[in-house]
Amino acid sequence: MDFGAINPVVLIASLMVASTPILLAAIGELVVEKSGVLNLGVEGMMITGAICGFAIAVETGSPALGFLAAMLGGAVLSLVFGVLTQVLMSNQVATGLALTLFGLGLSALIGQGYVGIKPPATDRLDLGPLSEIPVLGRILFSHDLIVYLSLALVAGVWAFLRYTRAGLILRAVGENHDAAHALGYHVVRIRLAAIAFGGACAGLGGAYLSLVRVPQWTEGMTAGAGWIALAIVVFASWRAGRVLLGAYLFGGVAVLQLNLQAAGLAVPVELLSASPYLVTILVLVIMSADRGRAAVAAPASLGRVFHAST
Amino acid sequence: MNRRTLLASAALALGLAGTALAQDKTKVGFVFVGPIGDGGWTYEHNEGRLAVEEHFGDAVETVYQESVPEGADAERVLTQMALSGADLIFTTSFGYMDPTINVAAKFPDVKFEHATGYKRADNVGTYSARFYEGRAVQGHIAGKMTESNIIGYIASFPIPEVIRGINSAYIHAKKVNPDVQFKVIWAYTWFDPAKEADAATALIEQGADVILQHTDSTAPQAAAEKAGNVYTFGQASDMAEYAPKPRISSIIDNWSPYYIDRVQAVIDGTWESDDTWDGIGAGMVKIGEISDAVPADVKAEAEAMIEAIASGAYHPFTGPLNKQDGTPWLAEGEVADDGTLLGMNFYVEGLTGEIPQ
Repeated sequence: MDFGAINPVVLIASLMVASTPILLAAIGELVVEKSGVLNLGVEGMMITGAICGFAIAVETGSPALGFLAAMLGGAVLSLVFGVLTQVLMSNQVATGLALTLFGLGLSALIGQGYVGIKPPATDRLDLGPLSEIPVLGRILFSHDLIVYLSLALVAGVWAFLRYTRAGLILRAVGENHDAAHALGYHVVRIRLAAIAFGGACAGLGGAYLSLVRVPQWTEGMTAGAGWIALAIVVFASWRAGRVLLGAYLFGGVAVLQLNLQAAGLAVPVELLSASPYLVTILVLVIMSADRGRAAVAAPASLGRVFHAST
Repeated sequence: MNRRTLLASAALALGLAGTALAQDKTKVGFVFVGPIGDGGWTYEHNEGRLAVEEHFGDAVETVYQESVPEGADAERVLTQMALSGADLIFTTSFGYMDPTINVAAKFPDVKFEHATGYKRADNVGTYSARFYEGRAVQGHIAGKMTESNIIGYIASFPIPEVIRGINSAYIHAKKVNPDVQFKVIWAYTWFDPAKEADAATALIEQGADVILQHTDSTAPQAAAEKAGNVYTFGQASDMAEYAPKPRISSIIDNWSPYYIDRVQAVIDGTWESDDTWDGIGAGMVKIGEISDAVPADVKAEAEAMIEAIASGAYHPFTGPLNKQDGTPWLAEGEVADDGTLLGMNFYVEGLTGEIPQ
């Protein structure tokens, strides 16, 4: 056993990278669910974002354009879901699952010509002397733009839902769409906007996977990350801060357990392998054990079909 | 004749033509554990499928299902394939073993071929390649190339196939570099690029400068390339897009001849359940080009070893070898028997850590 080989500073820095795709997808899904829509297509939107971002980054040589394309791709795909569930009032669970299958197939099709190609490198943000600070510099000031963007998004979503009028309206739509409709709010329009936002976030998360974390295109490369993001939203009882905690816990323990294995920790590998799931669930469940608040956490209209005439 | 009867008879005629056609053709099914574009294991099996199509042309129809989870889902997929008229089904991952046996019992007329397993029935044969022969060559090169004397190994599941690979690589790395140390990470997945990349990064951060992988995607190659001075080997497929560095050689699975052979046997009606286990000699395992990043003398030694293994002059598991706990396994000059190799559940002496049970 050689724990000296694990450098905690590098570990924390790499856990932030490992957590970012899930965090992005989860924070997007949080907004979608807060508006009362259950979109189970996160996995499909992530992988579509992954290939859209990858393809555009390779074609243009610009990772930034790639990330934009990924957001666009994810948003467009999510709007397919939006139109089906909001306008044509299809079942959200079934449509969401179909979206995942569709996204996986579509991405494989687009990705045919991109297997084995290397994407242009995404630069770390140059923060000058800040990155030179020992320990803190490596942990906080030596990442690429998307890591900071994801953190800003979490703060933004939190503030938006808590302090802004628009956030209040979004929550109202998610809690009781009939009442919101009676007050004159455009339930469908607001939900479509939320769905598109969720799609863009998932797409960005996917592109982070294909452009930074792995970085390459492989069919099916999200390998379930979208489902983890969905679960984290629920376990985080629909709160932005806890989504951040959940995503970092999951990513962190996932990276930590690989490092512990490499260092030869004398704990059964099966347990280490399961630990990201166990730890994340445990922590978030204990945190939402306060029943009074947990009971009201889920948006009341989540997953219910809305039609103006009813 | 009114329009309805016309349509009905047309449909009937089409249907008859369809069945007649189906009877002419031999239908071959493939069940894959990952996507065919994984660039590794499943990619090569699919190449074998394409070779079958090309070889037999219109006489054979192939169907496949990719990314099928190992376990209950596989049974559903297999049943579906058998019901849809497949004559021969290749199940290409270890975890399909029990599902294959279960479904085969229900469809005695359908032939099954299960890769890397050990359970057989009258209509279930098994086949595998002696990947450990390639691992021996990798181990030799890795032992020569490492400067930190730490070799990282991304393992998938603790099954004999994977353990054999670790042992074979370690024995030959140790032979040329007595100070060498292996760090093994069990990823518990065959295919998860993000996790494979993380595992590679963790190993590199802990000082490994050569990474061997027994998972299916090219993600570890990308991680090694990003890190810089790290060498890797292509797994299952050549992964030549990462040559000459970090990928300095590879093990390539070549299933095409076997698949064509077995499909021919089904067409001829001579198919029988058997167990095929071929290696470098028979061409089922190929070693991808050793790149220029490897010094010429090391390359020559590796090529000599390939030659010796192919001709049968050298067996990668030749004594004296002890098990991890120090108990003797093979005496001087003794060669491991296939039974022990197929059920291998122990590390050889010198490897640290425990195999998850």
